[in-house]
Amino acid sequence: MTRVQDSDEAVVEVEGLVAAYGDRRILHGVDFRVARGEIRVIMGGSGSGKSTLLRHLLGLERPRAGTVRLFGKDIHRLPSGALQALRRRIGVSFQGGALFNSMTVLENVMFPLREHTRLDERTMRIMARMKMEVVNLAGFDDLLPAQLSGGMIKRAALARALVMDPQLLFFDEPSAGLDPVVSAELDELILRLRDTLGITIVVVTHELDSAFKIADTITVLDRGRILMTGPREAVRTADDARIQALLNRRPEALQVDPQEYLERLTRMN
Amino acid sequence: MRALTVGLGRRVHAGISEFGYASLLFFEGLYWLLAGPFRRQPVRLSAIAAEMVNIGVSAIPIVCVLAFANGVMMALQGIYTLKDFGAEAQVIPGLGYSITREFGALIVGIVVAGRSGSAIAARIGAMQMSQEIDALRVMGIHPVRYLVSPLLLGMMVMVPVLTVLADAAALSGGGLLCVMQLHMSFGAFWDAVLAVLVPWDFLQGLLKSLVFAVLITLVGVTNGFMAEGGADGLGRITTRSVVLCIAAIIVADMIFTFFLSR
Repeated sequence: MTRVQDSDEAVVEVEGLVAAYGDRRILHGVDFRVARGEIRVIMGGSGSGKSTLLRHLLGLERPRAGTVRLFGKDIHRLPSGALQALRRRIGVSFQGGALFNSMTVLENVMFPLREHTRLDERTMRIMARMKMEVVNLAGFDDLLPAQLSGGMIKRAALARALVMDPQLLFFDEPSAGLDPVVSAELDELILRLRDTLGITIVVVTHELDSAFKIADTITVLDRGRILMTGPREAVRTADDARIQALLNRRPEALQVDPQEYLERLTRMN
Repeated sequence: MRALTVGLGRRVHAGISEFGYASLLFFEGLYWLLAGPFRRQPVRLSAIAAEMVNIGVSAIPIVCVLAFANGVMMALQGIYTLKDFGAEAQVIPGLGYSITREFGALIVGIVVAGRSGSAIAARIGAMQMSQEIDALRVMGIHPVRYLVSPLLLGMMVMVPVLTVLADAAALSGGGLLCVMQLHMSFGAFWDAVLAVLVPWDFLQGLLKSLVFAVLITLVGVTNGFMAEGGADGLGRITTRSVVLCIAAIIVADMIFTFFLSR
């Protein structure tokens, strides 16, 4: 197995990804790739399949068909030892933070170090505090997650995602539920991370402002299909009616088929 | 009729797959206890110790009180029944056998199911809902190794230990009644009990308690991992977990007793 060196090589490569829960298909053959050092925003409304896509990228679900390659390795066919090693190079910040409720902020941030390294307590503490400085959480060591505000939870989750110095960062809905100022701070933080550390970042969001501010490239997902992938300007000026509807927050025009409508209303279970 | 059959089929299917999932968790839990150190993911001693305190040490008072009361009750009923035959003294072997073989373990099982069976399901269920389990997995930390293995070992140590305590407390309760009603000394009571009991009697109870420990852990974690759907779902799995734990314990006890007392 060779490590990816060429900067043009894709860090994330998805081919023909089909996802389904039971009989319900969520993703219908999704293809895209993210290059090293890129900030990719995956954008789409609710129900577009973006959360499902993220769960597959993280290896939390098995795809019905298709492959997901991270750093050139198919994560669904990797032996568990190799997958574990791969996961140490990847940071994930979940939508709700997913901080461990029984631990303080500092313990949460130190947790990956404690589990994966044999550093002594003091070194781990220093490393964790450095990441907390990066996300502006210095001095909040001893608070429990329940005592944090929404923005602080996101930042603590980010610090935990960064503590192992990942080369790839997944960020689920960085600005959901935050006020505009805090959300803008997080956007700045994401840009700074890429510029200073060269991390490849994949952000899943439905917030347009934030998406256009941070993205190098945007993938627009709609009803389980990719409408387009391209630089943010190209997406902004795209002709596609669905993309424009999403960007301009226009509700979709209702397509009324009288026959189908009547059938829906009168259907017996 | 068709709906009934389909419903029944679904339930049976769900039941079997849940049972399979629980067995899988059991073997994975054991696997990580044994193989963890070689795969550089050891099960932490501190985590095991914490579970042991939660499950065992904090349950000591309630287990002792309930076991003691149960001993008193059994002695009362025994003496009352045997009085008709003028054989009150025969209550002593009766107490000895039933407590060591049966009731010590059963009381501990029910108390631990009520305290820890629900707590395990609620804790893991809440972690499942807040994506903490997903967070563990993407960090490359096996949730079974981190959450189930320490619990399993903690339970398998502490439930038998509690059973020994419960045996002692229940026999003391029974003994107290014998002292009062049969006009014998406490020392004489213990001599009489220990004269009829053999180590196998205690072992039967301990073996049962070991099985109860595994059952409580598995019912709790299985329900926790299957949690979905917010606060409502959390309430449901907690209740379900306690009911299933106690049912599993009593049924397992019956099967055990059936084979051991032949």
